[in-house]
Order: sequence, then structure tokens, then C-alpha cells
Amino acid sequence: MSSRVLVGVKRVIDYAVKIRVKPDRSGVVTDGVKHSMNPFCEIAVEEAVKLREKKLIKEVVVVSCGPQQVMETIRTALAMGADRGIHVEVTGKEYETLGPLQVSKIMAALAKKEEAKLVILGKQAIDDDCNQTGQMTAALLDWPQGTFASEVTIDGDKIKIVREIDGGLETIQINMPAVVTADLRLNTPRYATLPNIMKAKKKKIANVKPADLGVDLTSRIETVSVDDPPQRLAGVKVETVDDLVAKLKEAGNI
Amino acid sequence: MTNPLRGQVIRLYKTLLYLGRDYPQGFTFFRERLKTAFMKNKDVTDPEKIKKLLARGDFVIKEIEALYFLRKYRAMKKRYYDPENPQP
Repeated sequence: MSSRVLVGVKRVIDYAVKIRVKPDRSGVVTDGVKHSMNPFCEIAVEEAVKLREKKLIKEVVVVSCGPQQVMETIRTALAMGADRGIHVEVTGKEYETLGPLQVSKIMAALAKKEEAKLVILGKQAIDDDCNQTGQMTAALLDWPQGTFASEVTIDGDKIKIVREIDGGLETIQINMPAVVTADLRLNTPRYATLPNIMKAKKKKIANVKPADLGVDLTSRIETVSVDDPPQRLAGVKVETVDDLVAKLKEAGNI
Repeated sequence: MTNPLRGQVIRLYKTLLYLGRDYPQGFTFFRERLKTAFMKNKDVTDPEKIKKLLARGDFVIKEIEALYFLRKYRAMKKRYYDPENPQP
């Protein structure tokens, strides 16, 4: 099999960090805040590496869009087992407005350029929660898509995907080339330990500009404001059931 | 470096140190405990004992990796999945 898999990864604020909104309400504080690979992207990389280990695909190429710092994320993916990386350089204002539409255009252009048979992405990013990039990429390429995948099986030129949907699991069969987005239960991503990171230093990361791919990055979306979620009111403790009923009557709930 | 085990011990220490950066109770906490744990065994010379300690170190690495994975998995599950309709 000479097939290639393209995996998109995103550098986001680490999931365990407490998010703070900027005082001018234009966004969240990102300077000096710990960043790491989006958890769903980790699952996507793991799936691609697993497919290569099963010898179902030949090469895993990992892509990330953004400034210099995303190289770190690409290196983590290389340490997890990807073969080579592509850094699509997007900086400044363009990076701030970079959203699923722009990224999916980039992914589609790269999928064509790299002649990939499969594009695997995380289902959504934990910072913007868009859940759109995979779907848009499939639409731009006119490829079938298997989203929210919790199980992926390649059988010749077809892929069987078990999808996690409301109320259960749906099994579909789609043709390759295709786009798959990874859901939480797809696999257990391996940790990129220091020895693996050292070994990954030899792997290549190509630098590409969006203009080279012929992609227009203008955003159609403008962020108006970013606010904290409403504060949860403190609970009130009551002594007896009668007290509870009285309080609920007071609040007008019964 | 006459003893090859010394290299392995140093590599184990570095790997654990790298792993400790994401430790929930803080990197400084982890680093102090790591150093104390290694210093406690600094006078061990028997290669068999050292190999056993290295194996224990590898076990600790696996434990920490499992800890990180579970934390992340549980956080993601809590945030993105409806507790009323748990997935099979």
C-alpha cells in the first residue's frame, strides 16, 4: 500500500489550565499560558500511527497551522510516531482569525498535493469547540466523511467506521479517499516520552506558506466579545424537608 | 563512565523529570520528590539491585502516563459527554 495519511493537529491552551478572559473582552489570555496538542488531535495522531503499524498505510504526515510555536506540537506528533511534518506558517492577525474554514481549505489543498488517501482530524478543538474542520475539509475535497469515529477499520478500498451519535453507535462504510474525525473512545494516545522526542528530532518538518497552496485566509467571522460564563450562585443548605419545600415555594419553583 | 548502568539511571531520571512537567501537584513538587527518591538510593552498588530499581522506575513512568491519560480522558468525558445518556 503506498497510501499516505494526513493528520491535522492544533496547538491549543492546555486542557487543565484555568482560562482567563482578557480585560478588554477581545479574547482569552494566551501569553505565558501552557499550550499543548488538542486532546482529540492526539487521538487522531495515535490512530494514524496505529494504521501504519498495522501496515494498512505507508506514511503519516502531520500538519499544523500557526506561528513558530506550533512546531512544538508537530514535534510531539512526530515523537508519537508520525513520519514527517508540515508547518503551515500563519502569524499575527491572520492567525487570530484562523478558523475551520481557512484550515479546511489548507487541509484540502495539502491532501491533494500530498496525494493522501485519508485525512484524520480531531473531532473538535477544546478552545473553539467548532467541530467543523473535518466536515468542511471533506466537502471541499468532495470526499466521504466518517465523523465522531470510535472505531476505524480499513478493508481494501473501503473504510468501516463506527460513529458515536446521540443515542448510540452507527456503523457506516465509506470509500477511500475519505476524511475521518476522531472521537474520545477511538484509542488511547501514547505519551511522547523524552527518548521518543529525541529520536523525532531527525524527522523533517517542511515549512509552507498558505499563499504557496493558493489559499485565501480572509475570515468571514468577527469576534465581537468574549465573556466569562455567568457565575454559579451558591447553594443553600436546608435542615428538613419542610424547609426545602418552603424554600422552593419561595423561589417559585413549585 | 565505567558503569553502563549509570547512563541508564541518568536517562531514567531525565525521562521522569520531563514527564513531571505536567504533574497535577506542580513541577517543583515532583522534582523535589524525584530527587529525594533517587538520592535515597545513591549508594547502591549491586548491579542486580540497580536493575531492579531501574525496572521500578520504568513502572513509575507507566503509572504516571496512565495518570495523565485518565485525567485527560475524564476531563474530556465530563466536558463533552452527557452524563444522562452515557455511551455504552
